[in-house]
Amino acid sequence: MSPRNEYDSYLQGSYEVHGRDFVDAGLVSSQIKKGLKAKGIDEDIIRRVAVLTFEAEVNIISYADHGTVSYYVLPDSIIIEAIDTGPGIEDIDLAMQEGYSTADDSIREMGFGAGMGLANIKKSSDILDLTSEPGRGTCVKCTIMLNGKVPNGE
Amino acid sequence: MIILETISEKLSLKCKCCWENLNREVTGGYAGDLLSDVMANSAAGNVWVTRQVHQNIVAVAALKEHAAIIVVQGASPEKETLNKATKEGIPILVADLSEFEVVGRLYQLLHPSQG
Amino acid sequence: MTLAEVKDLLEAKVVVGDDKLDTKIHTAFGADLMSDVLAFARAGCLLITGLSNLQAIRTAYALDIAAIVVCRGKPLTDKFVEIAGELGIPILWTPLIMFEVCGRLYREGMTGCIREIRIEDKRSVSQE
Repeated sequence: MSPRNEYDSYLQGSYEVHGRDFVDAGLVSSQIKKGLKAKGIDEDIIRRVAVLTFEAEVNIISYADHGTVSYYVLPDSIIIEAIDTGPGIEDIDLAMQEGYSTADDSIREMGFGAGMGLANIKKSSDILDLTSEPGRGTCVKCTIMLNGKVPNGE
Repeated sequence: MIILETISEKLSLKCKCCWENLNREVTGGYAGDLLSDVMANSAAGNVWVTRQVHQNIVAVAALKEHAAIIVVQGASPEKETLNKATKEGIPILVADLSEFEVVGRLYQLLHPSQG
Repeated sequence: MTLAEVKDLLEAKVVVGDDKLDTKIHTAFGADLMSDVLAFARAGCLLITGLSNLQAIRTAYALDIAAIVVCRGKPLTDKFVEIAGELGIPILWTPLIMFEVCGRLYREGMTGCIREIRIEDKRSVSQE
């Protein structure tokens, strides 16, 4: 699976995420947050974007070899897409449950792996579209509605 | 010296196993979720406050001879965790409160002279 | 409570944010798991953690957390200090354990930024 831009976005970005590389976990979240702040987007919305991007990064780092996190700012919403070439998710309903985790101790010692990731992503999104193909990868697409909180100058 | 039962009552905890050991005395508290830190820093007779529910917490608590584990944020210990805790005789108590609130109250109970 | 008062109470060293010691902080969140912080901590709170890797700072930045108290005397890398400075997150460092840190702050009137996780919150996450 690879990123695509079929959106009519006026601000966007795409970042590579390498699996097992915990040192940089959260880097994409910080970078996207900086970018959105510079555009004067509502703080609550930026926080939600930053949280779900962070969790999406951690998921890729924990379970996949490689992935991409992209964001698209549209006139009425922000879309975050996290696509990886990991093992995929066998049972999405189970994986969505708070507390369910397949993480090992090494991930827990990094401060993650308590089974909150997908639940956090869902809580922070208005719309969550999760597709996964076991053995091929996972695509997490999140939409956050701007609800009239348009960026400055728009 | 305060015992587990008093703590359980004052903090409205739900005991999930090993009720028979709630008369244990508590020497102090330790809060944390990183197992390596708990191994390094906690002491025997401590009540360990954590939000981890994975079965490995029981091994750590047993090794360090903790009086009990308090699981915070209303998290549900896994079935395996409870089985192991029962075997090791380590009570697991669940609090709905956050880690900060549980520790704050527990600290007051353990250090009443300081306010 | 100001950050300066927090510093004195915790016998802490200011590693980053000398210029922000007059910041007022009323609530705190104690955790080593950043997913919990991402899920439940609130903007403007004090994060108390024993996690001294870069994720702690990036998590604080994501949520607009007022400052981080790194407890248990965890060693901080140059990179940690550099990134905290770059993202503008004040860092207090104390040898005290998290239990002692939370206990002292609670005694002085600091409250948790959330008290408990309500069942309704969980339901909205796990159902639909």
